[in-house]
Amino acid sequence: MIRLEPRKQHSEAMIYLTPVLALVLTMITGMIIFAFLGKDPLVALYTYFVLPLSTTYGLTELVVKATPLVMIGIGLAMGFRANVWNIGAEGQFTMGALAGGGLALAFHDSENALLLPTMIVFGALGGMAWAAIPAWLKTRFNANEILTSLMLTYVALLFLSYLVHGPWRDPAGYNFPESRIFPDAGTMPTLVEGSRMHFGAILALLAVVGGWLILAKALIGFQLRVVGVAPVAARYVGFKEKRLIWFVLLLGGGLAGVAGVSEVSGPIGQLIPTISPGYGFTAIIVAFLGRLHPVGVLFAGLVMALTYLGGETAQIEIGLPAAVAGIFQGIILFFLLACDVLNLYRIRIGWRVRHGGAA
Amino acid sequence: MKRFGITRVVGGLLAAGLMAAGLSSAWADQTKVGFVYVGPVGDHGWTYRHDIGRQAVENALGDKVKTTFVESVKEGPDAERVIQQLAASGHKLIFTTSFGFMNPTVKVAKRNPGVMFEHATGYKRGKNVSTYMARFYEGRYVAGVIAGKMSKTNTVGYVGSFPIPEVVRGINSFLLGAHSVNPDIKIKVVWVNSWYDPGKEGDAAKALIDQGADIITQHTDSPAPLQVAQNRGVLGFGQASDMAAFAKNAQLTSIIDNWDSYYVARAKAVVDGSWKSADTWGGFNTGMVEMAPFTNMPADVAKLAQETVDAISSGKLHPFTGPIKNQKGEVVIKAGEVADDGMLLGMNFYIEGVEDKLPN
Amino acid sequence: MDIFVQIVLTVITASTPLLFAASGELITEKSGVLNLGVEGMMLIGAITGFAVAISTGSATLAIFAAAIAGAAAAFIFGFLTLSLLANQVATGLALTIFGVGISALVGAAFVGVALEPLPKLAIPGISTLPVIGPIVFGQDIMVYGSFVLIAAIYWFLKHSHWGLVVRAVGESHDSAHALGYPVIAIRYMATIFGGAMCGLGGAYLSLAYTPMWAENMTAGRGWIALALVVFATWRPGRLLLGAYMFGGITILQLHAQGAGINVPSQFMSMLPYLATILVLVLISRDKVRIRLNAPNCIGQAFRPAH
Repeated sequence: MIRLEPRKQHSEAMIYLTPVLALVLTMITGMIIFAFLGKDPLVALYTYFVLPLSTTYGLTELVVKATPLVMIGIGLAMGFRANVWNIGAEGQFTMGALAGGGLALAFHDSENALLLPTMIVFGALGGMAWAAIPAWLKTRFNANEILTSLMLTYVALLFLSYLVHGPWRDPAGYNFPESRIFPDAGTMPTLVEGSRMHFGAILALLAVVGGWLILAKALIGFQLRVVGVAPVAARYVGFKEKRLIWFVLLLGGGLAGVAGVSEVSGPIGQLIPTISPGYGFTAIIVAFLGRLHPVGVLFAGLVMALTYLGGETAQIEIGLPAAVAGIFQGIILFFLLACDVLNLYRIRIGWRVRHGGAA
Repeated sequence: MKRFGITRVVGGLLAAGLMAAGLSSAWADQTKVGFVYVGPVGDHGWTYRHDIGRQAVENALGDKVKTTFVESVKEGPDAERVIQQLAASGHKLIFTTSFGFMNPTVKVAKRNPGVMFEHATGYKRGKNVSTYMARFYEGRYVAGVIAGKMSKTNTVGYVGSFPIPEVVRGINSFLLGAHSVNPDIKIKVVWVNSWYDPGKEGDAAKALIDQGADIITQHTDSPAPLQVAQNRGVLGFGQASDMAAFAKNAQLTSIIDNWDSYYVARAKAVVDGSWKSADTWGGFNTGMVEMAPFTNMPADVAKLAQETVDAISSGKLHPFTGPIKNQKGEVVIKAGEVADDGMLLGMNFYIEGVEDKLPN
Repeated sequence: MDIFVQIVLTVITASTPLLFAASGELITEKSGVLNLGVEGMMLIGAITGFAVAISTGSATLAIFAAAIAGAAAAFIFGFLTLSLLANQVATGLALTIFGVGISALVGAAFVGVALEPLPKLAIPGISTLPVIGPIVFGQDIMVYGSFVLIAAIYWFLKHSHWGLVVRAVGESHDSAHALGYPVIAIRYMATIFGGAMCGLGGAYLSLAYTPMWAENMTAGRGWIALALVVFATWRPGRLLLGAYMFGGITILQLHAQGAGINVPSQFMSMLPYLATILVLVLISRDKVRIRLNAPNCIGQAFRPAH
């Protein structure tokens, strides 16, 4: 029987040690899995965790992959703190991409330097508009946002599908389902020559700083923290619940929308039927893995991105099936999430509670 | 102790890295061929057939090649990275097997002039980018001929994925084949907005049968519509593979994707240095499109189907031979003329007799 | 009349997997646990059921094995979230990633293998009655099972002692603990039951709905099941309504397309999602009743203070 004993205060050491422990456990499990599949465990682990980061291109790609995850994750983390379960970031991402991307298509021969900034604003507005629906339905009609935000995701994806299969097709594209390529003025500048690492990464960092400022300095951030810890008390002190709901949903939607427009004007460069490999859902994991803290989300986003890159690299270098890469990714997450417990509790093993035993 | 442990781990990783590096150089005389798949190899549809082609390359060229594949690569931001990684890790020939990989392929090809690329179903080529696709519409014409002979209700149910030219072309070709033997045939189309959702595909087939279709055909990947046809006692056609195992009393034939000989030929060309950028659109004549055995039909229909295959294969018959009218009744291909490949590639109109409307 | 019967039959098959998975999740959530791994557990159930059916030829064994496999996946989730207090939302999503992977790995050997669909139970003389016969008396065992399940859950939550305990645990784990109920053990049971039902939902796909195995064959149904629990405001009767409404609108929009309705198919495909939102809004306006049904402690970790 495993018993958990609460720590009197968060363990400083554990905050740094738990990821290491999770990594060690992952390594051991990974070795067993890989050996079982007849792959050299050391080579496999090296391929999964180190090789993707061994080149400049690999590092920039890590940032490319982490950018939308971090951006969406920050917004979601704020919402989850306030117990607002927005799981429709994928839809808000899509609507942001459509709003910003639509602008790029409308001005497809523009050379105006203001195009990209305007697109980013439109992206934020698009995501906010889509998140405003669950916010309104929740505050006005008491409709649960888990359902409304998720259902609206499917609607958004189908709307994107309609546009790229129909009215927004590239007129010179033989009726294939894709839009024109965005003009240069509507494309994210890259940060490293020859890479795809784009300006969106800066926006993601700004989101981290902004998120941290809100939590640490702003009154609403204080309310978020209180609501998360003591919802009943918050109600007593008269925090306006509806205002918080609107705030976190609009913030989450806006950031997801910016992430969306960053993707289509960055690495993709046009509108196509699939613009996201599930970023909106993966970002939920990232938010919790980062313990709902902006800086944590930043690191969690990078770790999550590495597990994807590692899976691809392992398929290429050692022929690891995608299925195994998925299993391995799941196991890494299990360990990371489970090891979190050590921050808050000591583990005691034994059938009876022993008093005075050494930790 | 601790330090010792860490050094050992680091040492081990370094050693592993060296080994990995050593491995790649030891096989330097092997040509590495990469494949990028949009679905899982276990989809038993589009991707599955490409992977059969990859295996054919390994079988035919043996030690001369080493193949790699990356499956379930989503169209979108991930594709370019995967293709670039394949190029960077020494692959000399890379097949990107979905339309959505077109722009990423072109981008990566520009950065890697020494690597040859083969993109399926697209239209952008370059010095080191070839395109290839198959004239599946030839198979659909044959299926249409069979349907025209076999249908009693004169209604064919078509389970569609997305309204793209490839699918529209298939619907038209099917109906042209059907009209060549039975001018009363109509086609009803239901779009499931997915390439792959067995449940929904099956439900679409049920809806079509309920509305009077007694022949089911599909442009989606799973055998579900055919299974439904079997359970409801109507007939249907397989897609991508021979699906007789799923519906042996219902499958009339199946239009099989066969990339084997093309993939082997292209890999061989890279091995012996004769690869050149090309645009290949192969049909029955190249073996890229094959028909599964004609079953569940009278001998005379099977004979007619085989004759149709032979006529198309030899070039005597082109499915899109005028006069062909669109839904508004306007002549789009004049009598005696055949549609050129440009028109086929971007086909965006239905011919008369299709009961559906295309988005504009 | 015939077409009406056929549509109803199609709706029943389309709704049954949703109903199984959603009923399981409903019990899990009632105990205060939010498991977002429904999709993963369904896939694990689907491949287990299919693999056992092919290897043993026994549909009964296949159904049981699927339930056990789903339960086992849920046990992993339970261990992480209930014993190690890992975050439930993130762990559930990780379970889905894990489930997609492991089902694909096991399923590789079963791609392209055909299976006879689950037999329809035909009662001589009755199943051939017009309309009522095929709808009421001509289904396979799992469809009947899904109705029994809903009735059982309804009874369990409303009238049984242990149902009351499950609700109490979900409502306020501290009070339940103070009253001496083993909160963690009860949540384990509810989570494992939820997993088993998700396993059955998956098995219905691979054994009866479309008897085959293909990677990711659930195609997002786990998410719909999750949404349906919310839609039902945690009430079994409404779950039945929700699953059949969702399935029904999905089928009707396919029919409308077949009939040549002049609306782009993407908009038609949006209908089930929009309808679900609309109905939820209509039934959510009574704030007090919703509050009463929603488990208060959902998603919160519990650790006994002593």
